[in-house]
Amino acid sequence: MTLPLFFFYMFSAIAIASAVMVISARNPVHAVLFLILVFVNAAGLFMLAGAEFLALILVVVYVGAVAVLFLFVVMMLDVDFASLRQGFLQYAPIGVVVGLVLLLELLLVAGSVMVAPETAGAAVLPIDGGIENTRALGQVLYTRYVFLFQGAGAVLLVAMIGAIVLTLRHKPNVKRQNPNVQVGRKVSETLEVVKVKSGQGL
Amino acid sequence: MDFILSALDYLLGIPILGWGTHVGFIYVALLLLVCLLVFTAFILLADRKIWAAVQIRRGPNVVGPFGLLQSFADLLKFAFKEVVIPAGADKILFIAAPLITATLALSAWAVVPVNEGWVIADLNVGILYILAISSLGVYGVIIGGWASNSKYPFLGSLRSAAQMVSYEVSIGLVIITVLLCVGSLNLSDIVRAQYEMGLAHMIGLPQLSFLNWFWLPLFPMFVVFYVSALAETNRPPFDLAEGESELVAGFMTEYSSTPYMLFMLGEYISILLMCAMTTILFLGGWASPIDLPPFTWIPGVIWFVLKLSLVFFMFAMAKAIVPRYRYDQLMRIGWKVFLPLSLVTVIVLAFILQLTGWGWHGGVA
Amino acid sequence: MRAVQFVNTLLLKEFVSTFFLAMRYFFAPKPTINYPFEKGHVSPRFRGEHALRRYPNGEERCIACKLCEAICPAQAITIEAGPRQNDGTRRTVRYDIDMVKCIYCGFCQEACPVDAIVEGPNFEFATETREELYFSKEKLLANGDRWEREIAANISADSPYR
Repeated sequence: MTLPLFFFYMFSAIAIASAVMVISARNPVHAVLFLILVFVNAAGLFMLAGAEFLALILVVVYVGAVAVLFLFVVMMLDVDFASLRQGFLQYAPIGVVVGLVLLLELLLVAGSVMVAPETAGAAVLPIDGGIENTRALGQVLYTRYVFLFQGAGAVLLVAMIGAIVLTLRHKPNVKRQNPNVQVGRKVSETLEVVKVKSGQGL
Repeated sequence: MDFILSALDYLLGIPILGWGTHVGFIYVALLLLVCLLVFTAFILLADRKIWAAVQIRRGPNVVGPFGLLQSFADLLKFAFKEVVIPAGADKILFIAAPLITATLALSAWAVVPVNEGWVIADLNVGILYILAISSLGVYGVIIGGWASNSKYPFLGSLRSAAQMVSYEVSIGLVIITVLLCVGSLNLSDIVRAQYEMGLAHMIGLPQLSFLNWFWLPLFPMFVVFYVSALAETNRPPFDLAEGESELVAGFMTEYSSTPYMLFMLGEYISILLMCAMTTILFLGGWASPIDLPPFTWIPGVIWFVLKLSLVFFMFAMAKAIVPRYRYDQLMRIGWKVFLPLSLVTVIVLAFILQLTGWGWHGGVA
Repeated sequence: MRAVQFVNTLLLKEFVSTFFLAMRYFFAPKPTINYPFEKGHVSPRFRGEHALRRYPNGEERCIACKLCEAICPAQAITIEAGPRQNDGTRRTVRYDIDMVKCIYCGFCQEACPVDAIVEGPNFEFATETREELYFSKEKLLANGDRWEREIAANISADSPYR
């Protein structure tokens, strides 16, 4: 057994074990933390496969940002999960069917049953082996798939703007501060020194 | 068997004794770890001394000459105290949180080059690795706050989660501006690029190598990075996660003894990491400021430590002179000022580099 | 106008000017007293730890008049009087001050007709247990012997104003 093989089995074993824990943990916060462990181990597997850029982006995006927000929401919600579990048996058959379909699909992929085996090789771009991961990915994304890439970006942008539009409310009669204006204030603009003679008033 | 031998070679090998083929990974890592921890102890003291000096106080001055051993006395004090775990706390997570913070902060140092070739792992995606590790750092805080099962720690951890996630965005974009100039994600390459190109070469005075470094051409980004680094590490004026006037001590409220010390240690090591990042990205890493004999005789690692200390001095001064931000102002400055500013800079810089052909081409074409 | 403000904000003009201000204070002489090694000035009227004084010939000043016990607002003083064995004069058998109760008002030294009970200049008498803060006659007399020089100097320094 070599080192990479050892790490492969270690990462996969921890990933599978924590994936099981995600669905079996009683406490939702623990479940999210196990999910994070799955992500980190998946990143380790990517790293072993030589896809270091993907591995680190997985950590930065999913673990560092998405899962934090997940955790944020789960911690804030005080959901009674015992009541949610009550309908579990009722929906179990449907769950089993969905699971079986997924398993079948995975087996099909693993067994490489292809409709047209000759097209599989053609889809792969020839990549220079000596070139580093990040650069190779960038060269493919920004040349051949630039429109798809930009399209995906536009979709995400629309989703983000949509979320903001749905939730942003400007309440009337609410005083708001504008720090720029506050910082930009000068004594000469705001304060006037008036000499008042006694007994005369303004 | 083969596996055990190769693992032993990798970890424990000493070529001169005939064990293994190269110097084992463990010795190098231990050396860095010990240096880093001792340096952190003195940096902690320096932080308190600088803060005190600005407030015309003396700071710790009793333990050892000029109080130099204060941090070690604190270490002993923390280590000998009892670990108090609140009754309602999630015990495993409560203990795990400071461990996560300290371990992650230390592990990020694996890719930091302190001199030409002096780096434990010379990753091609070193800067992404650091970004990934520092984005994981928020978990120690969140888990610690949640596991304490108490109001103030929870509020503190929520604050810091939002804060760290927000400022990671602008830090990422600032790093991208530097990467655009360098064209490599390798930290050593970033420093090498600052040797070989820049303003000093352009104006024909290559001896003034401090003009080469990115702090001058990318000055606004330097400022944005400095402020974001303060926010990312929960340093004052952005220490709302522990804001003692409102939240007692934030996520650390329920912690005592060694776990508390691990939190502090992790915090200061990630502060040092951010200082090192500033040094590498903007201040030329281990390069000497003037490329002439008296300066070039000094080894690069000393320049690196000097620059790192200078950046830390600025961190400490910010703590001493800037009042704490309000939370909405913190979010405003992150999302409404730094994000647009750095986004615009990325786009403009990309155009300039594409049109003029400036930038470093020492890496792969 | 806005452009100037923008540039000033971007270059952290206020931060930089504050930085130089802070650097001035950074090197300014520190007013902090290096406490256990240096101590601040203590007024002659300072009311610190209690002491029972003696006359220069070694005779106890206290005549057990109990004026201090009567005036003590915190009722911290307990006195028992009795005749002394050798000459039968009225002296204290017991003179206790509960330093935990004491509020350091100084009424006892004002009330004393013979300047026996005084509050000395000592303010460093922290103890590890509460029991040690219950001062007996012996402790108070020992204090008086220990601090007599300072106490006498303080009384003479303050006498013109009385």
